[in-house]
Amino acid sequence: MRKFTADDALRPRFSAADQARAVRGFVTAGLVLLAAAVGLGLVAGATQGVGYAAAVGGLVLAGLTGACCLLAALVIRFAALVGRVLLTLALPIFLAGVVGLVILAWIPALLYERVDGIKAAQAGGVVRVAQFEAALAGGAAAGRGPAYLAALVLWPLQFQLARDVLAVVGVVGFVSLVAMFGIWWERKVAGRIQSRLGPMRVGGWHGWAQSLADGLKLLQKEDIFIAGADRALFRLAPYVAFIPAVCLFIALPFSAAWVARDLEVGLIFIFAMLGVGVLGVLLAGWASNNKWSMLGAMREACQMISYEIPLGFSLLVPIMTVGTLRLTAIGEAQSGGFHTWLAFANPFTFTAAVVFFVATLASCKRAPFDLPEAESELVAGYLTEYSGFRWALFFFAEYAEMFAVAALAAVLFFGAWHSPLPAHWGAAWADGPLWQRAAHGLLYSGPLWFVLKGFFFFFVQLWLRWTLPRIRLDQVMYACVQVLLPLTMLALLGNTFWLWLVRPGSWPAVAVNLALTALGGLAVLGMVAIVLYGYLNRRRLVGPMAVDPLPGG
Amino acid sequence: MEEKVLQGRPDILVDADRDRAGGGLRTEEMLVNMGPQHPSTHGVLRLMLRIDGELVLECTPHIGYLHRCAEKIGENVTPVQFIPITDRLDYLAAMINNHGYSLAVEKLLGMEVPERGRYIRVIMSELNRIASHLVSFGAYGLDMGAFTPFVYAFREREYILDLFEQVCGARLTYSYLSLGGATQDLPEGFPERLAQFLDYFEPKIAEYNQLLSYNQIFVKRTAGVGVISAADAIAWGLTGPCLRGSGVKWDLRKCVPYDIYDRFDFDIPVGLPGGVDGAPPEVVVGDSWNRYYVRMLEMQQSARILRQCLQQLPSGDYRAKVPRVLKLPAREVYLEVEGARGQLGYLVVGDGKPVPRRVKIRGPSFCNLSIASHICRNVLVADVAAIIGSIDVVMGEVDR
Repeated sequence: MRKFTADDALRPRFSAADQARAVRGFVTAGLVLLAAAVGLGLVAGATQGVGYAAAVGGLVLAGLTGACCLLAALVIRFAALVGRVLLTLALPIFLAGVVGLVILAWIPALLYERVDGIKAAQAGGVVRVAQFEAALAGGAAAGRGPAYLAALVLWPLQFQLARDVLAVVGVVGFVSLVAMFGIWWERKVAGRIQSRLGPMRVGGWHGWAQSLADGLKLLQKEDIFIAGADRALFRLAPYVAFIPAVCLFIALPFSAAWVARDLEVGLIFIFAMLGVGVLGVLLAGWASNNKWSMLGAMREACQMISYEIPLGFSLLVPIMTVGTLRLTAIGEAQSGGFHTWLAFANPFTFTAAVVFFVATLASCKRAPFDLPEAESELVAGYLTEYSGFRWALFFFAEYAEMFAVAALAAVLFFGAWHSPLPAHWGAAWADGPLWQRAAHGLLYSGPLWFVLKGFFFFFVQLWLRWTLPRIRLDQVMYACVQVLLPLTMLALLGNTFWLWLVRPGSWPAVAVNLALTALGGLAVLGMVAIVLYGYLNRRRLVGPMAVDPLPGG
Repeated sequence: MEEKVLQGRPDILVDADRDRAGGGLRTEEMLVNMGPQHPSTHGVLRLMLRIDGELVLECTPHIGYLHRCAEKIGENVTPVQFIPITDRLDYLAAMINNHGYSLAVEKLLGMEVPERGRYIRVIMSELNRIASHLVSFGAYGLDMGAFTPFVYAFREREYILDLFEQVCGARLTYSYLSLGGATQDLPEGFPERLAQFLDYFEPKIAEYNQLLSYNQIFVKRTAGVGVISAADAIAWGLTGPCLRGSGVKWDLRKCVPYDIYDRFDFDIPVGLPGGVDGAPPEVVVGDSWNRYYVRMLEMQQSARILRQCLQQLPSGDYRAKVPRVLKLPAREVYLEVEGARGQLGYLVVGDGKPVPRRVKIRGPSFCNLSIASHICRNVLVADVAAIIGSIDVVMGEVDR
């Protein structure tokens, strides 16, 4: 069989006539739109106020769309060349995209600062557009010009509602990205654990566009309704499962200042959202009019609700240690380096961290607790009758939830957004030349470490799923009630007594802290060592047969 | 069951006596259908389960979805033409099927097979036994939710199927072992490649034991589940790893040696009680774990036989002279071989014509499956998958 090379991926799949027609269409559309943009520009020159704003808006829209059409025409005309460029520059483009996203997330913060400044300067109450314009232009309010446009943009941002909408948009965007990346990464990790490669073709480099392609495919699928299914509930269930998973991210702090909503009762909110997800599963199982789906839904409800008890108890431990329900406060309490992380404070918090992780595994229905989706027994459990985009929503919800609980484990027990290095080590660099500041920013960046830690625990979840078999339902309940619950109660009680009897800074506290820190450090170093060993000895580990080519290859 | 059907809804059975006893709490039993297309039932097997929540009260296997009239075809084709049909009985261990049928017809005809042909047959049969047990190991892991051992098993199987492809061009249904020996000789360099594969494969079994067999979750799912006593096993006609898992040391290759199996030195693994020879303490003789573990040990023994075959492999003819038109004498012969799943038997009745009067196939999975309804009582639904997986049925043998 011939190898599938980059040329095969880049060869145009449409006939030359079709391509020519497409190019002509795009060029025509682009020119028309640019003409419209020029016309709107003339209109803008003659109007004021709202008309001016509308004309400028139309100008920008038409101009951008026209430019995109012309660009599309160029890309189609020179498809092979463009494809090759994209393939070679894939990594820089990706990095540029990441940097662009970060900048995009940073801009609202700057805008809010400006708006807050202007609000503070005014007497109070709602600030009008003209006042904004005056503050920005430094005097006259002309009703036209860049100051007027900037004022129009800034005016809604003084209302908390607008800021919330922006935050939600950001959250939904982030969740979608995380879910898509998580699905791709799961398939790659699963492949590597199973001594195969995972997605390799879609998009070129290691199949990075696989999730995107899958999402687009699922959007196009036929909307299948089971006879006898409860139509309203069948339609509702995916959303009841998806929305709480996204809501979880509203309370998660990416950094001290990067929170969609810094809730006073953040942890309770997260706990509640994790619980609402059960409803979606139950609805799905019931509305499918399928005994197997119902069985799967009942198992899932049973499992999730039982594991909420150890989950809640283990959540109490950091709450008690730090003394607040606010996630940002819990995060702040762990600044200062590896040893200040709550998991290493005393053996009871360590136990609570482990119990928390296991309980969230059950909550997310991940192996070894994936009985509700047990393929071999129930086809797909409560998901059996769902296809197309409804199924995609369930899937997205699961991966979003997985990342959220992984990030939550990081926030509660493993230092939130702080890097393992103590803050004062790099403090000198925060004021140095640009490259030093950039390095410092990278090393101590809150969101970066948050995302890295989240994906680390996400990776542990994947690792466990692809290694361990499935636990039977009665064994799941046994593990919950007879193993996890006593353990977590002991952890809570022990932590109470520890906090009461042991002074922070006294020698027992420091000794235990150092011991647990060493344990944690060894664990991380051990994992890195295993990875390196496996990579360096990969040929030998797979065996002599692996290097033999297949006959005819 | 029929008298309790109410209101035309046969899928809901209301037990009025239990209602009254429970103080008015109404519980319903469900009739659920597992299969025939199902990721867990190893083929087109339909299991009707009567369940009360998670508890299975009754399990009835319905078979016949893969019936292809093999025995009737046997009455219309000559023995050489029937060999490809035998491939498709236990399609995971096709060489053994070919081997058995060829032995039966040769016994009927009184044909002698040359030495090299006999060694080739044993090599192919044992290699196919390993391949079949690999599928059983992988699929059982998959049933239990361990996705990775499945892929590893199929990776090793790829090397075996490569060897088979080099020998006869086919990967699943070979028709390689035919009347009088093998249809072609072994290709150049085959013994070296087989030895290379054995060097690679034997350490892997220890790896798989670490990954799956001794894994606590797997042991908890399979130990003590579906226990079949030795008396029950013999009474229900179980053979193969199902019988040996219950502690009965019976293997046709040792006890009633056919072909040249008496020249090899190998052991018969049987079910282990808990704590003995590496078996986890929760394990009981005759449970699902033992039936599964016997197959792992059998792979090691097959590798042993293969190494001895490679040492003793003679040169010479690989096939006896088979006349073009073969008249089967008016006698009958019943011959059993040790298939991957148990005793595979062929009854061939000749009556002087080139085609037999009757071909009857005793499929081991047919008898092994019959015990399913007996032991799948008062177990959880998840255990049904564990039990059927440990019995390791191939529907080709059950339905023929």
